[in-house]
Amino acid sequence: MIEFLQHLVNGLSVGTIYALIALGYTMVYGVLKLINFAHGDVYMVGAFAGFYLANAMGVGGTPSLARAIIVFVGSMGICAALGVLIERFAYRPLRHRARLTSLITAIGVSFLLEYGFQLPSIPGIGIPFPPGPTPRFFPEPFARVAWEPFGLYISNYDVVSFVTAVALMLILQYIVYRTRFGTSMRAVSFDSQVAGLMGINVNRVIAYTFALGSGLAAAAALLFAGSRPKVDPLMGLALGVKAFVAAVFGGIGNVPGAMVGGLALGLAEEFVSGYALSSYRDGIAFALLIIVLLVRPAGLFGTFRPEKV
Amino acid sequence: MRPLRIVLRSALPFLIAIPLCLALQSVLSPGWSIIVIAAGINVILAVSLNVVNGFTGQFSIGHAGFAAVGAYTAAKITTAMHGLQIVGLSAGVSDQVVFLIALVAGMITAAMAGFLVGMPSLRLRGDYLAIVTLGFNEIIRVIIENTPFLGQATGISGLPRLTTVLWVGLGVIATISMARRLVGSTHGRALLAIREDEVAAEAMGVDTTGYKVRAFVIASAFAGLAGGLLVHLIQLCTPRSFTFVKSIEVVVMVVLGGMGSVTGSVVSALVLSFALEGLREVQQYRMVLYSLLLIVLMLTRPTGLFGTREIWDIIKLPGRRKAARVEVTP
Amino acid sequence: MTAPGAVLEARHVTMQFGGLKALSDFNLTLMPGELVGLIGPNGAGKTTAFNAITGVYPPSAGDVFVAGERVNGQRPHQICMAGVARTFQNIRLFKELTALDNVKVACHHGRKAGFAAAFFLTPAFVADEERITARAEEYLKVMGLSHRRDALAKNLPYGEQRRLEIARALASGPKVLCLDEPAAGMNASEKVALMELIHRIRDQFRLAILVIEHDMRLVMGVSERLVVLDHGVTISQGVPERVRKDPKVIEAYLGDSYLEEKKIAVPGAPTT
Repeated sequence: MIEFLQHLVNGLSVGTIYALIALGYTMVYGVLKLINFAHGDVYMVGAFAGFYLANAMGVGGTPSLARAIIVFVGSMGICAALGVLIERFAYRPLRHRARLTSLITAIGVSFLLEYGFQLPSIPGIGIPFPPGPTPRFFPEPFARVAWEPFGLYISNYDVVSFVTAVALMLILQYIVYRTRFGTSMRAVSFDSQVAGLMGINVNRVIAYTFALGSGLAAAAALLFAGSRPKVDPLMGLALGVKAFVAAVFGGIGNVPGAMVGGLALGLAEEFVSGYALSSYRDGIAFALLIIVLLVRPAGLFGTFRPEKV
Repeated sequence: MRPLRIVLRSALPFLIAIPLCLALQSVLSPGWSIIVIAAGINVILAVSLNVVNGFTGQFSIGHAGFAAVGAYTAAKITTAMHGLQIVGLSAGVSDQVVFLIALVAGMITAAMAGFLVGMPSLRLRGDYLAIVTLGFNEIIRVIIENTPFLGQATGISGLPRLTTVLWVGLGVIATISMARRLVGSTHGRALLAIREDEVAAEAMGVDTTGYKVRAFVIASAFAGLAGGLLVHLIQLCTPRSFTFVKSIEVVVMVVLGGMGSVTGSVVSALVLSFALEGLREVQQYRMVLYSLLLIVLMLTRPTGLFGTREIWDIIKLPGRRKAARVEVTP
Repeated sequence: MTAPGAVLEARHVTMQFGGLKALSDFNLTLMPGELVGLIGPNGAGKTTAFNAITGVYPPSAGDVFVAGERVNGQRPHQICMAGVARTFQNIRLFKELTALDNVKVACHHGRKAGFAAAFFLTPAFVADEERITARAEEYLKVMGLSHRRDALAKNLPYGEQRRLEIARALASGPKVLCLDEPAAGMNASEKVALMELIHRIRDQFRLAILVIEHDMRLVMGVSERLVVLDHGVTISQGVPERVRKDPKVIEAYLGDSYLEEKKIAVPGAPTT
């Protein structure tokens, strides 16, 4: 019983992270019908942004909540800017081309980030950038406190992470379904041409969508830093793919679907690797993917929009 | 036409290739042999992927996965039959026969994998195939890494060095012949029609799903051939040779050369293989340059080097069919 | 069971997309050699009817028969092989292929040699290719497009693109030809030529032809019979002279204020 609850706690913890990253994939796919391969690497950049900011602010030495929040918000901002830049220079020029072209560019950007960050640091600029392939470690922003009610292990990091993630998701849900911007975003995802004719500034909406998604990825990276303090340039790969699977599972393009998908994947991974073979943990995401695509390709909440002939 | 003439006409490219390859083999140093063979393997991968991505207009980005299936099959066969001598043949010839069996078996298993992956996913929209092929690539890796029979992460080592310039040359000729004959045939036109407008192709009597699967199976088979050749060159069969990164390298070759152009795939595979050799010094920067190349290419010339022009549209080669005249602007 | 000799029959075909009933209880019987016009205001369900007949969307209810054989539920390529060919409202040519290759694709399903034969260049394969080329060139000639055989479809002028689409559809050897707004975008003289063309191909190839059109003069001039749809419902059928005077048809096209103005009574409607 305790084991079950522990898996539940862990699964939800990981699941919220997947959900935050999955949201980025799903929103971008919704408005651009593009699988943003670089998203996982934006997550990685968010982690490094947090790392550099935290060190710059001396977080490791004197932990404080205020500083932690500054680092958090700062990283989100940096990633949001990165997302907008990528969209502006790599994807927007190709919007009218075949989708494979944008897909390949996305892969190019992904590799550029991954391998660019593995280059040796430029000397003389004060911070070790690019970070190079050796992993670094996040400093702890506040003291870790753990509770063990009934034999479960829960730390304050887990709680903060979960609560923040849920809060962010609720805020996003509000934005998407209750604000004018959200309606614009959904309009663009249905038909960008008509949305433009209705007076929506499609370019701006897409830029903001990227900003939102990238910001959430950074948030995910920092929230995860509690349990996974290691940062290295390739950390976005595996995580990105899994989050993407979560988005597909929930129905790619569907915002609540991504949240549900992320949680579902987190829980599935925990329970399957906990009770069965732990070495297959990474394969679970793909097994889930195969099942989804075979049984219900549109995903849980997705709708198959038939092509008009 | 007498059967002999049919066989001769279709085998002509091979008959020309054999002496050329043997000549090349005798001239090259061992170091250069390896480079040339590796380049040839990349050509096979690129041309076969082009059948799916270029001719049929689909998004397959997990080609290395199918190469892995062929590679492991071939490796298992050569290790199992190692030292076996076929009655009536000398040891050397016997080895070659075993190799041929291993390669063909690899092609068959890779083709079956292509069928299993293609059948369900080719019913879906284009993007989904990309996801599925990526997923398949990774699943294969995870399965291999967790299966003792397949050597897990360390792989199968000590494979005999059976791949020669001749073998690769024959493989390359087979792949190019396949692609060329396909595109010049009614079946090839069906694939191109699917790329151009799937709904219209279907309305004109083309079984679109059936053809997409067929293209996928053929491409996978030749990927399996490449895989078998590769592992018997480096004498090692590990999952590290068949990662998603390798798949992307093949996608880059296809796109750089021009999707739909067999000539383009050949040229870009050769150029990139030799260039990467030259860049061995700057290994660190290799992938960064690769990714920049990709981005710049897509932004400036998405049709690639050759678009969809073929060398045989310009130079009359013997025994050719008039290929469908195509120009693609993605 | 099915009407004897009918080359195409749709019975109680209904098409529902989510909450929208695009086509309700659509019935049509086509005899060989008939020229039937399918008209109605925009959004009436005409193209939906085509899509149901050709298998693009399986009908939500009802049956479609081609030459007595039930085809609803089959994939479009199977229905094409059964004998139904179509053109599209927004031209769907294979843009990057030549005119000749466009037509050749439609000849594909008549091939004898399989996939493998192409690799080995067998005589059967070579014969196939020659036969397909000859056939495609023949259809280009019929439509007056021989001079365009090596031009890319995307480079053809609009009128020729429409003719190419028809040539392509004909090349698939259909018993029924469905033309979806073949005159769209044509000028008056082109439309006259099209009318003659439609008659000519009907006679030459002994086809039944179903035409969706908005140009009243064209469709009245070409059709022996008309079917009128409005909001998915068949509101009138019959010979053109009768249908054009049918008040329900006038109301559908011109609105009920026109009816009131002209004091035309619609049978069954309440009189104020």
